[in-house]
Amino acid sequence: MPEVEIPIEKWTGAVKEVKLGGGGRKEVVVGGETTLPFLTFEGSIPNPPKVAIEVYDKEPSGWPSPLLSAWGDAVKDPGTWAKKAVEFGADIICLKLLSAHPEGGDTGAAEAKAVVDKVLSAVDIPLIVIGPGVAEKDNEVLTAASEAARGQRVALGNCEEKNYRTIAAVCISDGHVAIAKTPLDINLCKQLNIMLSDIGVPLDSTIMDPDTGALGYGIEYGYSINERLRLAGLGGDAMTTLPIINHAGSEVWRQKEAKTGEGVPATWGDHEERSVVWEAVTASTVINAGCDIVVMCHPKAVERIKATIDKLMGK
Amino acid sequence: MALTGIQIYKFLPKTNCKECGFPTCLAFAMKLAAAGVELSACPYVNDEGKAALEAAAKPPIRLVTIGAGEKKIEVGNETVMFRHEKTFVHPTGLVVRIKDTASADEVAKAVEEISGYSVDRVGMTLGMDGFAIQNESGDAATFAKCVATVSSQTDLPLILMAGDPAGMSAALEKVGDAKPALYAATKDNIDQMVELAKKCGCPLAIRSSDGLNELAELTEKAAAAGVKDLILDPGIRGFADSLVTLTQIRRLALAKRFEPLGYPVITFPGEGASSLDEEAVLAAQHIAKYASIVVIDHFTPALALSLITLRLNIYTDPQKPIQMKPGLYQIGEPKADSPLCVTTNFSLTYFSIAGELESAGWPSWLLVCDTEGLSVLTAWSAGKFDAEKIAKAVKGENAAEKMSHRNVIIPGGVAVLRGELEEELPDWKIMVGPREAMAVGGFLKENWKN
Repeated sequence: MPEVEIPIEKWTGAVKEVKLGGGGRKEVVVGGETTLPFLTFEGSIPNPPKVAIEVYDKEPSGWPSPLLSAWGDAVKDPGTWAKKAVEFGADIICLKLLSAHPEGGDTGAAEAKAVVDKVLSAVDIPLIVIGPGVAEKDNEVLTAASEAARGQRVALGNCEEKNYRTIAAVCISDGHVAIAKTPLDINLCKQLNIMLSDIGVPLDSTIMDPDTGALGYGIEYGYSINERLRLAGLGGDAMTTLPIINHAGSEVWRQKEAKTGEGVPATWGDHEERSVVWEAVTASTVINAGCDIVVMCHPKAVERIKATIDKLMGK
Repeated sequence: MALTGIQIYKFLPKTNCKECGFPTCLAFAMKLAAAGVELSACPYVNDEGKAALEAAAKPPIRLVTIGAGEKKIEVGNETVMFRHEKTFVHPTGLVVRIKDTASADEVAKAVEEISGYSVDRVGMTLGMDGFAIQNESGDAATFAKCVATVSSQTDLPLILMAGDPAGMSAALEKVGDAKPALYAATKDNIDQMVELAKKCGCPLAIRSSDGLNELAELTEKAAAAGVKDLILDPGIRGFADSLVTLTQIRRLALAKRFEPLGYPVITFPGEGASSLDEEAVLAAQHIAKYASIVVIDHFTPALALSLITLRLNIYTDPQKPIQMKPGLYQIGEPKADSPLCVTTNFSLTYFSIAGELESAGWPSWLLVCDTEGLSVLTAWSAGKFDAEKIAKAVKGENAAEKMSHRNVIIPGGVAVLRGELEEELPDWKIMVGPREAMAVGGFLKENWKN
């Protein structure tokens, strides 16, 4: 009779533990895994993946109906929105400074400081602050955000290959975590981690965003990059051992399957059901590939993913 | 794991007799490794070598076929743990369970809806792959009748689910040569199930409720009795335990070449979930990690669409990105005076530009050129996205008849093609768009005058 001997992978590396919060704020630690996602029979997962919920600095315009009806009037004010996100189970708030974009209001440091203050005082969970993605504005508003959140260890992003020095510098001086974002390319990802490390951002103060597409829109790239990063890191490549953040929610809600209720084929089924499943499947897929912080939008999808993470952790 | 030429060489006679048509045994071994020649071309390889080489050439996970005819499901033959290592090859079969306790009307309605369900994605028509019919009633005649009803209404493959060999036998009589999979042999009924599988030449699922050791014992027993087309059900249902168990089975098959578990795996996410959307998320996990057949209990179009899409994505060959069918696409409802943009048929390139045009509120014509799935710059540097190709596409799609204007916008990344394109399309004005899709809204606002 055959005797089954379970092959065990012996990894030499471990994902760095990165702490958010503190200074009176709840602490959340991400990373620390010494095994592939949820394979606890051959390693440990001290910190299960966390769910961050997106909050904007202004009322969203043109938001899809399933999101609008789920959030209601809360989205009119970032503080109220963030509180509601906590009720819906957020471990972390991901505040996006959209109105700082030159075409989205072109607001500056003062407005950024005000909204960060507002969200910080509204909730006691850690914060991620994401700039508008335009280098000059990112540097201006994230510097303001950094000052406003000094001592409370937030994560600031995005550091990108063409613009990372200013954001990295304020992260170092104010004790925050830098988010390193690269476009679906494992080599660029590692390279940016090295550049940040070279200018003095500690590895335990960096989170990497290797990017992903939504289900149906390139999720296979995000999935494989997460897996490759995690395999490399566990295999001992220190510059890939950072926790991974994936913006599953915003990717999903840009796509027709989530956005559109009318004029789509009948075989796409019910709009709300489809949009929530689309986000949940996208999120669970990136988590199964190694994501440590998944940023999401719809409360029902959040609830599903939190329950999924609990189950994957054997709870 | 395929052997290298050097490994194969060790089993050859090393006499360089040239009778195989190659100058040396090593050259022959190299060709064998590349699968360019059959081992039988060597008249002198001994039986021991032959057996060793055949065993090595055997796929670590057996290919199993469910059903007959055009719509049959083929699963197994996977060779990697992670899709980036090579690719996953045989997409997960998505099957819907029907119970024989449902009324004839309910069954007919479900079969009609699910058989007819199809979605178009990147030019492919995709749908569900089959039905699993369960003998929930425990009655052989009821089961047989239900199976007959389903099989008369669909040409999709079937999985017959009955623990009672009598029920299985009665149902098998109703399906002719359809070659359904039989689910499942357990330690209590394996002898009879193996007999049935042998008689009808159908694949047989083996279920263990006592871990992988028992599962391996049962598959060895079935294989020894001559039933080789097996499907594994390790009897594990939850999120964490199924992830661990399916990973271990795949690892044992690939890394250890543990033959008793070298078969495709079937899962039942509905049994490990307490709600519809939980079932969908567990099914999604099984598609990525490592089920070959996923039987779902609740079919809705929205869930089906998400699972079919995930399967398409996960099983895409990383070396061959998903491609759009070349052609003239309508973004929104373009009119004759709407902008005409040109792009490549790499799906992500298409999705970004189409998404930006849509969200910027520009109904447009998007001309997708066949660049063999490469993105703009890659295609251009590989010589697959040039003026001639764009001109041919503009003419081939009769753009001039569909549009009242003569302006064509090319991606900023290939601005260099402008001059040449002006020669190829003398009636058209060539406009150079932005390098990034993101900027297309602003570009049109600035430059497009109706």
